[in-house]
Amino acid sequence: MQTEVITDALARAYAPGFISDIEADSLEPGLSEDTVRFISAKKGEPEWLLAWRLKAYRLWQRMTPPDWAALEIPSIDYQSISYFSAPRKKDGPKSLEEVDPELLRVYEKLGVPLHERARLAGVAVDAVFDSVSVVTTFREQLAEYGVVFCPISEAVHSHPELVQRYLGSVVPQADNYFAALNCAVFSDGSFVYIPKGVRCPMELSTYFRINALNTGQFERTLIVAEEGAYVSYLEGCTAPMRDENQLHAAVVELVAHTDAQIKYSTVQNWYPGDAEGRGGIYNFVTKRGICAGDRAKISWTQVETGSAVTWKYPSCILKGADSVGEFYSVAISHHRQQADTGTKMVHIGPGSRSTIVSKGISAGHGRQTYRGLVRMEPSARGASNFTQCDSLLIGSNCAANTVPYIESRQPSASVGHEATTTRIRADQLFYLQQRGLNTEDAVALIVNGFCKEVLAELPMEFAVEAQKLLGVSLEGAVG
Amino acid sequence: MALLEIDNLVASIGETDVLRGLSLRVDASEVHAIMGPNGAGKSTLAKIIAGHPDYTVKSGDIRLDGESLLEKSPDERAAQGIFLGFQDPVEIPGVNNLYFLRTALNAQRRRRGEAEVDAPSFLRLAKEEAARVGLDAGLIKRSLNDGFSGGERKRNEMLQLSVLQPKLAILDEIDSGLDIDALASVAENAGRLRAAGMSFLLVTHYNRLLDAFPPDIVHVLVGGRIVHSGGATLAKELEASGYQAWSQAEPGLGAGSHHALHA
Ligand SMILES: Nc1ncnc2c1ncn2[C@@H]1O[C@H](COP(=O)(O)OP(=O)(O)OP(=O)(O)O)[C@@H](O)[C@H]1O
Ligand SMILES: [Mg+2]
Repeated sequence: MQTEVITDALARAYAPGFISDIEADSLEPGLSEDTVRFISAKKGEPEWLLAWRLKAYRLWQRMTPPDWAALEIPSIDYQSISYFSAPRKKDGPKSLEEVDPELLRVYEKLGVPLHERARLAGVAVDAVFDSVSVVTTFREQLAEYGVVFCPISEAVHSHPELVQRYLGSVVPQADNYFAALNCAVFSDGSFVYIPKGVRCPMELSTYFRINALNTGQFERTLIVAEEGAYVSYLEGCTAPMRDENQLHAAVVELVAHTDAQIKYSTVQNWYPGDAEGRGGIYNFVTKRGICAGDRAKISWTQVETGSAVTWKYPSCILKGADSVGEFYSVAISHHRQQADTGTKMVHIGPGSRSTIVSKGISAGHGRQTYRGLVRMEPSARGASNFTQCDSLLIGSNCAANTVPYIESRQPSASVGHEATTTRIRADQLFYLQQRGLNTEDAVALIVNGFCKEVLAELPMEFAVEAQKLLGVSLEGAVG
Repeated sequence: MALLEIDNLVASIGETDVLRGLSLRVDASEVHAIMGPNGAGKSTLAKIIAGHPDYTVKSGDIRLDGESLLEKSPDERAAQGIFLGFQDPVEIPGVNNLYFLRTALNAQRRRRGEAEVDAPSFLRLAKEEAARVGLDAGLIKRSLNDGFSGGERKRNEMLQLSVLQPKLAILDEIDSGLDIDALASVAENAGRLRAAGMSFLLVTHYNRLLDAFPPDIVHVLVGGRIVHSGGATLAKELEASGYQAWSQAEPGLGAGSHHALHA
């Protein structure tokens, strides 16, 4: 092209980037065994959990951050982070009426469907603000089905045997540096339990928001679906615009027993930093599910538009015979965003199947790596995987890489991998503009077309939101 | 009043002047044909009217309904009534043909302050027009031009034209790649649209389309300039004589090196 049609000149406006003026109880920055004890005491945890946290903390101290990802991250000073921040409150509000109205306004601004809007949308919401779970809606209705949906800090008390049995059962404490840190200092998150044979009657959803300055967010989510159960769960994330980087190191564990299905969707819109790469969330997340029983199915769908750095590989351990793992992903890296993301599919059960569809979009100076592992264990007779990995580049300063690892120790297993890289061409944009679309809408149309297989996997209510988010995230990608 | 007026337009791409003092005036409901040798600047003219960002207008003006277009974006020009049927329509995988067309139509209507067309009405309209241009129902639901044959792409341009209803349709070699029946249907549709007030700027190399859809005026474009204009019969004469006369009569308007010699 003669002119440099494509530039990253324009800054993007980050809509959820407001800072809320809510009084918070925060712990001074710093990390030690005392920090761990403080958090545990604050939550009135049983002895076993404190011991579990301390063990993780000691493991973490001996570990080093992973360096194999294609990410440039300045070293993080873990002593400068506050590990606990809670909106100030009297005694844990358990219904909407008791919640600080300012907090509710925050969620309203974010478009979180609390309150009546939740009823209309048929979505039950757990909202985690900084470190604590603020409110969980629809608990009574869900309880009629035997479904438990509550803050994990509460589940520790109300369902101790379940939490003790499953916590750390999929992601062990020493799994990786960030997971170990999370085990030591996790503050809250959601707990979901679907009893045998129950199809959860509504979408469950958690909104995470980091608000307080210098606060890390370490949430922990645990979902257990008993035999024949079904649940669809969605998490959404935002954070205010700040010049400092903020750390987010979450752990999500999913357990699907025989014939159970868990559909886990994420719309991640953490603050990505500004056009020059100042600020933004460091997102180091460990998500893993186990198809423990035969014919169990776990499906991860993620739309990742935010964060300055994303390090995330939602994975499936396909232990049950004929179990199914799916990973559908759209990730955007714009401006100076960096993402190293992908999945792991570990096939153990005979006849287990997995599908990976990854759509990476890079614009500006964004850098993105798809990193995926498909492992066929000797027991995985007749197992199969198919991976489709597509990259879309906007402009000439961004980069995309695909790093597939395939390890097969079972000759009858089949693994298929397809990868494409395309660039939005100036003549495509001109064509769409000539028909009346402005630049932004033209880019959004092409991007949504590129991602549609993945967007189709999102629950209806969120697909539209995700589409808009993609458009907003790429504003200014083409000048 | 003139619909389209181009005054003494000089435009370049990179170091090359591609249009070198081109003037043209098209009134409402008029059909103009532009003919000329390969590389003369016909497609360039079409793209510059539509606002292609790769070209620089060095001097002169382009006006639609008396208003200069030069500072306007391609999408603004589209909403004001300019349509360009491309010589080589691009394919855009993943973007549904009809969804795209409805989005485009409504974007234009919003900009003009008109009500949007709802999905059912649009579908009715699109199906009707698709039948007219001979695109089958399966094809229009596919991705935009993705895997379309050359002729199918041209028919798709005609579908978009009939749905978007611009004031001025610039059709760049719409006739190339079309089979005999498709050509007849293009002529028929163009005639219908013209009767409703649409103007046409047809870029073509052959008389086939012009026989079925006669122009009011034929222009000869050589070396970035209109060197001669005449009635519909001019097209016939050109078919017989070619452009040799013009290249010789206007030294330096052929290849760039020629120009340098005479400069
Ligand atoms: N990107 C570019 N850089 C340099 N020269 C260009 C560029 N694009 C077009 N040109 C030149 O501009 C001149 C006019 O091209 P244009 O496509 O307008 O010709 P045309 O009259 O439509 O020809 P045809 O009948 O073959 O379609 C040609 O000499 C072409 O090589
Ligand atoms: Mg041409």
